[in-house]
Amino acid sequence: MIAEAISHALRVNALLTAFAFVGLVMWLSAALSKYLTMGRVHGSAIAIMIGLALAFWGGIVTGGKSGLSDIPMLSGIGLMGGAMLRDFAIVATAFEVDVEKAKKAGLIGAVALVLGTILPFIVGALAAAAYGYTDAVSMTTIGAGAVTYIVGPVTGAAIGADSAVIALSIATGVFKAVLVMIGTPFVAGMIGLNNPRTAMVFGGLMGTVSGVSAGLAATDRRLVPYGALTATFHTGFGCLVAPSIFYLIVRLIVGN
Amino acid sequence: MTISGVALLAICTLFGAVLGDLLGMMLGVKANVGGVGLAMIFLIAGRHWLVRRKLLNEGIKLGIGFWAAFYIPIVVAMAANQNVVAAVESGPMVAIAAIATVLACFAAVALISRMSGRTETMDEIEAREGTLTPKVAQQDGLGSVVR
Repeated sequence: MIAEAISHALRVNALLTAFAFVGLVMWLSAALSKYLTMGRVHGSAIAIMIGLALAFWGGIVTGGKSGLSDIPMLSGIGLMGGAMLRDFAIVATAFEVDVEKAKKAGLIGAVALVLGTILPFIVGALAAAAYGYTDAVSMTTIGAGAVTYIVGPVTGAAIGADSAVIALSIATGVFKAVLVMIGTPFVAGMIGLNNPRTAMVFGGLMGTVSGVSAGLAATDRRLVPYGALTATFHTGFGCLVAPSIFYLIVRLIVGN
Repeated sequence: MTISGVALLAICTLFGAVLGDLLGMMLGVKANVGGVGLAMIFLIAGRHWLVRRKLLNEGIKLGIGFWAAFYIPIVVAMAANQNVVAAVESGPMVAIAAIATVLACFAAVALISRMSGRTETMDEIEAREGTLTPKVAQQDGLGSVVR
C-alpha cells in the first residue's frame, strides 16, 4: 500500500520527481568529483556521464528509445531535459556575458574562438563520416558535439537529428571536456600555457567552460579567469553557427 | 520583479525560435537555423540596454540567473533521455572524435602562442607587480561561473 502511494505521488508529480532525481545525481557527482578524482574531473562532466549511463540502463530495461524517461515514474526527466527548458536555460547563460569584457579578449581571442569552433567541427564530422554517418544532419550534429556537449544536442534538435546521433554528440563533447580537464596539466609546458594571453587562446580553442576551468585550475589557478573569459563565448557562438552556416556548408558538400 | 527577468528570457528565446524557423524556411531547410544563438544575442543586447538605462535590478537578475544556474541539471536530464543503447552500438567513434579534436586544438594553441611572440608569464607579472602569493587564492575564478 505504501509502495503504491509513493509510486502514485511520483507519477502525478513527474517534473518534481525529475528535479529530486537529478538533484541526487548532481550531489553524487559532486561527491565523486571531490573524493574520487580529487577535483580533477569536474562534477558536471561526471553528472552528464551518469546521465548517459542511466539512459543506457533505461533503454535496456524498457526497450524504448527515450532512455530513462521511458520508465513511467521518471517520465518527468523527459520534460525537464526536453528541448523547451533546455533552450531556455542555455539562452539564460548568455546573460552573464559582459560586452565590455569581450573586448578585453581582443582579436586573438576571437581568432581562437572561431578556430576552436571550426577545427573540432571538421574533425567530428569526419569521424562521423568514417563510422558510416554520412548524411548531412548526422555529420553536422556529431561535428557540433565535438565543439561542446551543448552545441551538439542544440544543433541536433534544430536540424532534426536522430536521438542516437544526439547521444553520440553529447558523449563526444563530454569525452572531449574530460580529456581537456585531465590532459591540460600534462601538455601545459609544451603549448606554452603559462601566461594570460595563451590562457585566453586556450579558452577560445578548447571550448567547454567546465573543461577549460578545471584544466587550467590543475595547471595554474591564476589562469582560470583568462581562459573562462573566452570559453564563455564558445557555446553561444557554436549554437549560432553550427545549425546554420556549418549545416548549410555540410549539406552543400555531401548533399542531403 | 523576478517575473520580468523570466519574461525577458522567455521573449528572447521565443523571438530566437521564430527567427530561426523563418530563416530555415527562407533557406529551404527543415530546421531551426541558429535560433538559440540568435536568442542569446537578443538577451545580451537586452542586458546592455537595461544597464545603460539603469533598469537592471536584482529581480531581473534573479529571474534569469536561476535558469542559468539550472543549466547543467537540465543538460544531465537531457543526457538521460537519449537513445544511448543505439549510440553504443556504433562503436568507438566517440573516443576517436574526442581524442582527435583535443589533439588538434592543443596543437593549435601551441601554434598560436608561438606565432604571437613572447609575452610575460603569470610569474613575471606577479613579480613585477609585487603581488606574489597572497592574492592567489582570490583570483580563483572557479566559484563564479561553472558550466
